[in-house]
Amino acid sequence: MAEYLLIESRDPFESNEVGYYYDLARGLVDEGHHVTMFLVQNAVLAARPSKASAALSALARAGVKVLADDFALKERGVTKLAEGVTVAPIDVVLDHLAASHKTMWH
Amino acid sequence: MPKTTLTFALMDPPYESENLTTAFRILDAAARRGYHVNVFAYEGAAGLAFVRQIPHPNPVHGKNVAEENHPTTKDQVAALLVEAERSGGKVDWVNCGMCVDERGVGESVPGTRRGSPADFHAFIEASDNVLVIPTK
Amino acid sequence: MAKKTLNIVESAYRAVMEEQDDTVLWLLAAMQGAGAQHTVVLRGNAVNYAVAGQGAPGLTVGQWKQTQAPRMDRDVTDLVENRKIPVYVIEEDLAERGIVRGELVPGVKLIGRGTLPKLVAEHEVVCHW
Repeated sequence: MAEYLLIESRDPFESNEVGYYYDLARGLVDEGHHVTMFLVQNAVLAARPSKASAALSALARAGVKVLADDFALKERGVTKLAEGVTVAPIDVVLDHLAASHKTMWH
Repeated sequence: MPKTTLTFALMDPPYESENLTTAFRILDAAARRGYHVNVFAYEGAAGLAFVRQIPHPNPVHGKNVAEENHPTTKDQVAALLVEAERSGGKVDWVNCGMCVDERGVGESVPGTRRGSPADFHAFIEASDNVLVIPTK
Repeated sequence: MAKKTLNIVESAYRAVMEEQDDTVLWLLAAMQGAGAQHTVVLRGNAVNYAVAGQGAPGLTVGQWKQTQAPRMDRDVTDLVENRKIPVYVIEEDLAERGIVRGELVPGVKLIGRGTLPKLVAEHEVVCHW
């Protein structure tokens, strides 16, 4: 049972590859691991309640901890978050790295 | 207690991607925690510490150089090194040598150094964790 | 023994003509020479790197001619045969791009997308490029 931090910087409006990364997060949870997905930069655009945020809410229901970077949210004026998405500071990345959790950036 | 040691690989050049804004926020947070931070500046990132960057005014907004106070990544790199030391940690910033050469950015912030892929390998082996921030 | 490192490579054909290499595959080859223990997974558009027979002629600009144009299929073969870096290719990403097994360079191993979490878990360090 390992812990993972998956940092997602891309959004599903511009990139077709975001779905793959959400699937990887889900796959790791299905294998019994603890997974946090941290949305940064334009990835937080998918965190507003919308058709696109359904996938993030589904990830959260499946057991992935879905966080959105407070700085990126403020920068983009995102004030409402989809179900299952929580605001978090950048220190979350350091917490995971310092705890030796495998960390990837997409 | 041994210091937490983290390695980061950066690839983006200055002024082209928000990746660097996030990267510097992460590096700053690591430095403030007093960690040992290794940075392998690869490809375009080899220009981040280039000392000949010059800030410019903003004629669209009617600001002179001082008023615009335009960020330069060289200042951010220099500030990172200072912050790390102030917090009891250190930053080992390595610019990939061939990346530096092909971009002509050989004059680098004091305290950074020229290196090679062997340095990135050594960093990984000596670190508690590694994060690659790739370019698109 | 060096840390077992998995490298998921997704970025493809970015600056390969100017650099005459894919700079990520090049970096991994260089690090392997320094004692690293790398494995590569090609996914997304990067699966195309394994297609045999690819390669554009060198770039020309005026009288300037490029003489060492890159060949990504050759570089993938080099990783497998000379650097002893296992190279996996995601099957579904090949199929989506209309690429069949017989078009690939020998030595690459096909895996399904569903295998990736297990591969990630088996490696001490994971780098996503």
